Amino acid sequence: MDAKDILGLPKTPLSVPPEKKSQPKKDSQRKPDGISREVYALTGGLAPLMPSIDSSYLKKRPPSDEKITWQWLPFTNSARKDTLQLYHWVRVVNGVPPTGDYSFAKYNKSIEVTKYTDEEYAQHLTDPSWTKQETDQLFDLCEQFDLRFVIIADRFPSSRTMEELKDRYYSVCRSILLARASSPADVSGHPLVKENYNASQEKERKRALSMVLSQTKQQEKKDAEVLAEAKKIAESRMAAKGVEESVMPATENEFPETTIDHNTLVSLSNVRLAPVAAPPSTLVIADTSSTLASLRMLPVYLRTYALEQMVQQASSSAGLRTIKRVEQTLQDLGINLKPRVPTKAVCAEHLELRKEILTLLNLQKQLQYKEAEGSSLREGTTYSEMPGTPKRQVRDHDRTFIPDAMSFGGNTCLCATFLVKGPGRVSETPSSPANKRPRKMKASDL
Amino acid sequence: MTNSSSPKRNEQDQPETSGPVLKSLKTKLSKPEDAEKKIVGKKLKDVEISVPIVYGNIAFWLGKKANEYQSHKWTVYVRGATNEDTSGVIKKVVFQLHSSFNNPTRVVESPPFELSEQGWGEFEIAITLHFHSDVCEKPLSLYHQLKLYPEDESTSLSIKKPVVVESYDELVFPEPSESFLARVQNHPAVSVPRLPVGFTLPTPAEDPSERKRVDTKDHPLTQWFTNFSEADELLQLAAARQQVQTHIAKLRRQITVIEGQQQQLKPSSDQ
Repeated sequence: MDAKDILGLPKTPLSVPPEKKSQPKKDSQRKPDGISREVYALTGGLAPLMPSIDSSYLKKRPPSDEKITWQWLPFTNSARKDTLQLYHWVRVVNGVPPTGDYSFAKYNKSIEVTKYTDEEYAQHLTDPSWTKQETDQLFDLCEQFDLRFVIIADRFPSSRTMEELKDRYYSVCRSILLARASSPADVSGHPLVKENYNASQEKERKRALSMVLSQTKQQEKKDAEVLAEAKKIAESRMAAKGVEESVMPATENEFPETTIDHNTLVSLSNVRLAPVAAPPSTLVIADTSSTLASLRMLPVYLRTYALEQMVQQASSSAGLRTIKRVEQTLQDLGINLKPRVPTKAVCAEHLELRKEILTLLNLQKQLQYKEAEGSSLREGTTYSEMPGTPKRQVRDHDRTFIPDAMSFGGNTCLCATFLVKGPGRVSETPSSPANKRPRKMKASDL
Repeated sequence: MTNSSSPKRNEQDQPETSGPVLKSLKTKLSKPEDAEKKIVGKKLKDVEISVPIVYGNIAFWLGKKANEYQSHKWTVYVRGATNEDTSGVIKKVVFQLHSSFNNPTRVVESPPFELSEQGWGEFEIAITLHFHSDVCEKPLSLYHQLKLYPEDESTSLSIKKPVVVESYDELVFPEPSESFLARVQNHPAVSVPRLPVGFTLPTPAEDPSERKRVDTKDHPLTQWFTNFSEADELLQLAAARQQVQTHIAKLRRQITVIEGQQQQLKPSSDQ
């Protein structure tokens, strides 16, 4: 439109014809300064959350009165226990090297493991299944390995499970805490005191987790199936309840909009109903009568809306791909997905057509299964009873009304040919010599 | 355009009152009685009224008089499908325009239910139909995308030939009130199904204010209106269904053939 106007009609003042400005979308028209337009558009028209490098910072030069040199100097690390001296480059300003510890020393953190004295052990920490020596060993390892129980369990001299080690460690710490505290209330906030370590529960949890991890694909599938079944049963129960309820109140004026459970594809809206209190509003409509019932509950509705609802209900059992195939078939037949003149009769016909197409697709699938079964059966036999006949199965999964050639062994050969998209295009299947039955039908003669 | 559906059964629970607005046509959804079943295979239907309407817009390019802000003169409207008067059903229509217009909420209270404006932009117009109180208490909303420029970019804009976009739809009142039914009994714009046997309506009062019909047939824009005929669509649909049904029959035959073959194969492969 732009080019046309500029080139074709230069005399009109509309050199820049109006675009669809009117839709009140968020305007990313006015970009902020400082960023190029393309970069701004890349970010989706929004400003970045954090400021990127300030360009002024890049331009800054160090103050010219400072003299910077780089020197190869030794340094010590306070995190080390020995006095090893290593060397590195240091930025020296005006002859003064920087002060302070090695900058990475602060990252050397360690866990504080509680230490108990022998008397404390004798008083609070004795346990029938643990000797003092073992407990001491455990605590040593804990400190050495920063409470990484996986390693501790591995290194522990006598074979104890990780849960046992954890249990002992946490109970010792707990007892010590309680013992050392001046009053129980002080430490009641401490996590060790609040939540006791439960070894058996941990074992169970880990076992369940490993079971889930090691579940085979088959098991997963089975589980999913069972769940789906359960869901279907629950839903059909709900639907049955819903139909009952919709039948009853012929006298009530207010009734829930039960069909708005599905996403409505078109923006044609329905009537606003008076606010409703009780009755179930999230019913899945399982059969036609309930769709019809809910439509009748509305004081007024549009024919196109009614058709939508019926179509959705009819295709509720089909997956998304099937629905797409139905629509593709409709287009191949030359039918509009939404009828142009939606009168009652037209809508009824349209609905019936859709249902028939669904049946057709199901039958095709069934046929495919049967053939697959058939061919696998035949391959199972060691003797080939049909020598030399090629089993040619040409199938186009996506387009229904395109040449569909199937040949079995023997003499039967069935082929179906349908014309696609208007007059003048004839497509025929290659077929074996016997029983050639091509069929040509024009989609629409209008 | 007559769309008639024959109602199956009709039970009145409430007595026929003389009050004007009672919805006394409520019917229960129970099984049809065999005595009244006239057409085989049709589903259960109650008495419902359907009003076919057409809504859309016509836009004329202003040509030399066009400036940057007003390049087109357009009219958005709601009309009866056969250009008949719909004022018996529709009380008023509210057109919600783009916020850049002054007073974007425009109310049209008498037929013809249309609104003309000048502008340059295409946007979605919300059309809300308000009905008379005995017809329906709640308003109904439609949405129409205003179209000014022709679909085909290669056509040059012409002053004489407008861009017309219309959509056909039907208002369905599943449970019309008695008075509504009576009023529109013989109204050309409304299609009322055949009433069940034995159901009599009070004769509609000759209300002069209701009978005033703006003769919409003389509207200047009538020449541009599209004529929506269901016949074409019905033909198309029937042909398509025919095709599909034959295809289905063929597939069914094929399946039985295969099943037959497999039956034969099975015993031999068990050797």
